[in-house]
Amino acid sequence: MQYTQIQINHDYVGLWTGHDFHPQFPSLATCSKELKECSGHVFVDSVPEFCLPETELIDMSTVDVILISNYHCMMALPYITEHTGFTGTVYATEPTLQIGRLLMEELVNFIERVPKAQSASLWKNKDVQRLLPSPLKDAVEVSTWRRCYSMQEVNSALSKIQLVGYSQKIELFGAVQVTPLSSGYALGSSNWVIQSHYEKVSYVSGSSLLTTHPQPMDQASLKNSDVLLLTGLTQIPTANPDGMVGEFCSNLALTVRNGGNVLVPCYPSGVIYDLLECLYQYIDSAGLSNVPFYFISPVANSSLEFSQIFAEWLCHNKQTKVYLPEPPFPHAELIQTNKLKHYPSIHGDFSNDFRQPCVVFTGHPSLRFGDVVHFLELWGKSSLNTVIFTEPDFSYLDALAPYQPLAMKCIYCPIDTRLNFIQVSKLLKEVQPLHVVCPEQYTQPPPTQSHRMDLMIDCQPPAMSYRRAEVLALPFKRRYEKIEIMPELADSLVPMEIKPGISLATVSAVLHTKDNKHVLQPPPRSTQPTSGKKRKRVSDDIPDCKVLKPLLSGSIPVEQFVQTLEKHGFSDIKVEDTAKGHIVLLQEAETLIQIEEDSTHIICDNDEMLRVRLRDLVLKFLQKF
Amino acid sequence: MDPECSRLLPALCAVLADPRQPMTDDTCLEKLLDWFKTVTETESSLLLLQENPCLVELLSQALKFQDVSSRILSFSLRLAGIFAAQENCFQFLQQGELLLGLFGEAGPLGLPAWNVPSVRSGWIQGLCSLAKHPSAEQFLVDCGAVDTIFSLQGDSSLFVASAASQLLVQVLSLSIQGRATPHLGSSDGDWPSCAQSIVGYLEESLRSGATPQITQALKVLTTTFGRCHHSWTEALWMRLSPLVTCLLEKDTVPTAHSLADLFLSMARSPTFGSSDCDLWVTLAQTLSCLSPTQAGPLALGILKLHVCPQALKTQAFDVLLQPLACVLEAAAQVPGSSGLPDGTGSNPTMADALLASTSSCAALLCQSLAHLGELQALPHSPRPWPQVLLLEATVMTLRFCSGSAVPISSVGGRLCGILASCIRVQRAALDFLGMLSQGTGPQESVTQVFAILLEYLRSPESSPTVLKKAFQATLRWLLSMSKACGSNNPDPHTQPFLRELFPVMQKRLCNPCWEVRDSALEFLTHLTTHWGGQPDFRQALLASDVPELTQQLLQDPEAYVRASAVTAMGQLASQGLHATPSGPEHPGAKQSLPQELLHILSLDSEGFPRRAVMQVFTQWLQDGHPAMAEDLEQFMARVFQVVSRDLDWEVRVQGLELARVFLAQTLGPPDCPYAVALPAATPPTSPAEVLRTLGRVQLLEFAFRALFDCDRPVAQKSCDLLLLLRARTAPGGGLQGAECNPEAVTVEAALRAWQAGEQGQPLGELVPEVVVAILRTLDLEGLQATLAESSDHVEQSPRSLLQDMLAAVGALGGHEADCY
Repeated sequence: MQYTQIQINHDYVGLWTGHDFHPQFPSLATCSKELKECSGHVFVDSVPEFCLPETELIDMSTVDVILISNYHCMMALPYITEHTGFTGTVYATEPTLQIGRLLMEELVNFIERVPKAQSASLWKNKDVQRLLPSPLKDAVEVSTWRRCYSMQEVNSALSKIQLVGYSQKIELFGAVQVTPLSSGYALGSSNWVIQSHYEKVSYVSGSSLLTTHPQPMDQASLKNSDVLLLTGLTQIPTANPDGMVGEFCSNLALTVRNGGNVLVPCYPSGVIYDLLECLYQYIDSAGLSNVPFYFISPVANSSLEFSQIFAEWLCHNKQTKVYLPEPPFPHAELIQTNKLKHYPSIHGDFSNDFRQPCVVFTGHPSLRFGDVVHFLELWGKSSLNTVIFTEPDFSYLDALAPYQPLAMKCIYCPIDTRLNFIQVSKLLKEVQPLHVVCPEQYTQPPPTQSHRMDLMIDCQPPAMSYRRAEVLALPFKRRYEKIEIMPELADSLVPMEIKPGISLATVSAVLHTKDNKHVLQPPPRSTQPTSGKKRKRVSDDIPDCKVLKPLLSGSIPVEQFVQTLEKHGFSDIKVEDTAKGHIVLLQEAETLIQIEEDSTHIICDNDEMLRVRLRDLVLKFLQKF
Repeated sequence: MDPECSRLLPALCAVLADPRQPMTDDTCLEKLLDWFKTVTETESSLLLLQENPCLVELLSQALKFQDVSSRILSFSLRLAGIFAAQENCFQFLQQGELLLGLFGEAGPLGLPAWNVPSVRSGWIQGLCSLAKHPSAEQFLVDCGAVDTIFSLQGDSSLFVASAASQLLVQVLSLSIQGRATPHLGSSDGDWPSCAQSIVGYLEESLRSGATPQITQALKVLTTTFGRCHHSWTEALWMRLSPLVTCLLEKDTVPTAHSLADLFLSMARSPTFGSSDCDLWVTLAQTLSCLSPTQAGPLALGILKLHVCPQALKTQAFDVLLQPLACVLEAAAQVPGSSGLPDGTGSNPTMADALLASTSSCAALLCQSLAHLGELQALPHSPRPWPQVLLLEATVMTLRFCSGSAVPISSVGGRLCGILASCIRVQRAALDFLGMLSQGTGPQESVTQVFAILLEYLRSPESSPTVLKKAFQATLRWLLSMSKACGSNNPDPHTQPFLRELFPVMQKRLCNPCWEVRDSALEFLTHLTTHWGGQPDFRQALLASDVPELTQQLLQDPEAYVRASAVTAMGQLASQGLHATPSGPEHPGAKQSLPQELLHILSLDSEGFPRRAVMQVFTQWLQDGHPAMAEDLEQFMARVFQVVSRDLDWEVRVQGLELARVFLAQTLGPPDCPYAVALPAATPPTSPAEVLRTLGRVQLLEFAFRALFDCDRPVAQKSCDLLLLLRARTAPGGGLQGAECNPEAVTVEAALRAWQAGEQGQPLGELVPEVVVAILRTLDLEGLQATLAESSDHVEQSPRSLLQDMLAAVGALGGHEADCY
């Protein structure tokens, strides 16, 4: 299942007004070394720490399987696999694994480059924290925040991943089958269908209906779901990716034209592929042919090369190119023509080749570590330069806060290709699940735009929503199990038609259950007792098969039954209606016959003959087979 | 008829009647029918048939249905109708029972060929031509055609069904008009029998309750009232009106569009418009009982009527205003505070229709906006025109679409959700907003208009088509504001807008979507044309990067953008607003703008930019642009040299236009015997000098070569140019032609070679006398007359048509047919 993306909550604080913060308070004074002020904002000076997925509700050691939806939502995996007692299996597609590894590798590399001796911990003291300004005082579970994992932990975590392909059916203990489907969001990104023989749950996360580089979203396979769990919608529903790409290009061109540099804080994979493709078509028209584009990341080379080899995970157009053969992404040509250059870091070759004005793509988009920090320091003082934010995960105002005052221009063009609410409506109309389950936030307009009724899920029946830490019972019950009948047993059955089109047959068999699979096997033949003195094995101890009694069906019409009794010499018969049926009282014989919908009892006083007589009269009204 | 055609007819008729020689080209048969129609308009059909018995033979052959293709059968039916339109010819054909055989029950009706729609269509069209005289009416009754027409109204082919409906109207009109029927009443006996059967059929259809039948009947009535304006139409309406008005009493009117069409057709008819019938009451009732979407077109139709009670017009206008009234109500901070006049308030039905779904809301708003836009352009638009309210409602609609409206009411919230990012409504609203610029508005409303326009121009969410509409609306408002100020300057109100506009333009000129760049350039061109001379505008423009970005777009990968950039740069340069290449701030610019444009003219692979360059050069020359004045002759020589080799005929035509302007400027103003002689600053240039100049700039070579251009417009333009040149240089110019000069002979030979389509040698430098001689020798008037005729005038003659048809089946001995 998807795990929360790492929250980088380590060292930033939101808006802070100076007069609320008084380091002279004794408790605050103790941690004042950990706190730094910048342009009215207060920050914690520490090694970066990460907020982990919450584990209060679930004991990870009892989890059997983790399904990874895309490479952006697996960043916490080492924390789970290495520190929680998790012993299960992790399923993911190959691009998810490979690109996820790159993202983790870049993160570890960025953090390890600038080691700090200590983490700030004093501010986490509850008495101190409550005196800090928002959002520091509102941060939750600060005591659980952890430093970044090591590459060793990354490798260990990734070794637990089992690779799967789209539409591959994976049996989980015979109980359910899980299947990854293309979600159209990123290379190898998946939605998951979890189904038994009679129930189907779809888990939709991080999906896109736009035509970008990944394989299109597989909607058809989501049909006939009992429940559709919907998460990972766009974080910026009001920003159309096309419009944002237009803004990105225009601002980039205008900055470079005026002799300025452009900084694009980004992840090393994902939207950057689309941006480079867009720029490939655009740079000539914008007269940017001579402007160098730099992509700086410890994994830049791997990312650019990996993207070219995952042909089967790409959209149709790009797959076709592979057979020509041509590289599916045009960034190969940009590299060949020296328009795009990539470097593992700003040191080494880059410092020799560096030429301005230029465009730099580098991480980390939080602006807290990585080479982007260097460029912000370098270019931040000139208003000719521009930083363009394209990743929607971080508030650009928060990201820029510690760099204030900043002269360089800031442009916010969040490019989030995940489903928006209009697309969700279309998807749900197409897929028609019986129930939709989603986070509460999706069922109401954003708090800042309460009039925007279009920015919420609108479906019938209304979606079931859940809040943080809420346990929700999914609205369906498992009512049936599928049981297989062995062919030889099926051969022996003699169906009897009780209604036109409905036949029944009695079956005597042994129900064999293993790994949640149920099989009816023929009962063992009654064997002659062995004459030997060998001890019987427990498994040989099969119960004796009794003579089969016929099964009965039908109902007993009380009036006719009474008439029959009278014909057979019973008198003084009284009939009482009960809640479940009738009681026929044979007063003379001191006998009671209880007739109910699914049972008939004859209660007489040790007169077996009478009971059998009455039983036979009852049986006359019922069908036997 | 042309004797030659008459000679060819028998062979043609034989070919047409011969099933072994199928005629595959339908267009030839259509042309043939057109020709017969033309012939019978001026000649007697009877005589024609008597002189050409082959035609009767052909029609008789069609009676042998099994031998004739459906194509020829349809043709024969239509041809028979054309001939039988004249009563004496009708009688002639009737004698041989030819018409009964073709159109009667024994005709093609029961045959497999009847399944072919073209045969049914031919049958109807034949009868349509035929039903012109009283004898035809009886014929239609006798042959049972009327019942067939009834059934064909529901034909699977829409063309056949529509033609059947038209024919029914024609037959009804023929039936009634032919009689003296002063008192047509409701009783059957008052009506001629044929008309009675049609009216009975209409009554039955209207009563049937089945939508298709009702629609057919209403269509017949609509056409009848649209075409026939006699008093009997009123009697017809009196008889059928109870049945028609009954349709309005149903909960949902099933045939709303047809009903609206019918009532509008009646309202336009002088018979009903001037009478005291209850039409206006019925129209008012219809308006109130139709759904908002259905009522829109009816309301528009009512408002377009010249004669109509004012109360009805007010009601109709209200229908069109209601969707916008709903928008204003939804946006009002306090319910009922939308400021709408009494009676214009939104009604619950309208609100329900708007809030039902995105598609119904968009359809209703777009319809309302389009209809109001149409009305505003009319000379008799509704008065009083609620300009302010419409401005506010349109601005509010656009704000709902962009998500910038913050409504308080729940209806507003829902409308916000429905309209968010609805491109269709955005386009319609921007169109209408542009139209509203023709009226005035209070300062506050105008401020809102410019604010919303800027929002749309600025927003990255605006799609290219929406942006184009926003540019167009902006231009209209800017023009309107400047007009209102009574000067050529943007008014003070728009000055801040222009200052904010240029940063937006910069971004738009850098947009990766070429449509956006193109729209922005077009907008810039219009802006510069109107305000290029205005100091504040110039200051704001030059303070931005717009001129440089425009120049850069001359190299855009998209041809349309390059063409727009050429036009924009031409306009900027005309106003002295383009970037100066020699300045130190433009180290990258290597060549002057004229040179850059010449480069595009020489090397651009697409026609649009090259055409744009020629237009700019022509404009510059006309305006006396300084860039052209510098070494003009050398520059023009280069242009004419390049343009004469251009493969695009439009570029060559544009080149000749440039040549015409250059020639006119070189020649100076023509001598006018009545003009007051002013002392000329410079003496007029002598003809010899003019010709020498034209030779130096390669204009003569270009014009002579273009005279024999394979594209007619080029040759025509060149011919006109040379005629002008001859007129201004030859008479009394002191120049004698040198016809026998060996040089003239060489030139003539070269021209003949060009005429023959050969490449030929360049003419080289031409002596004025030789030019005069050539101009005299050439039959320019004759050439002009030939070129004035369309290129296929020979091929379009009837004789050619007949020959072609015969040649197509190999019935002509030689290969004499014209080639298309």
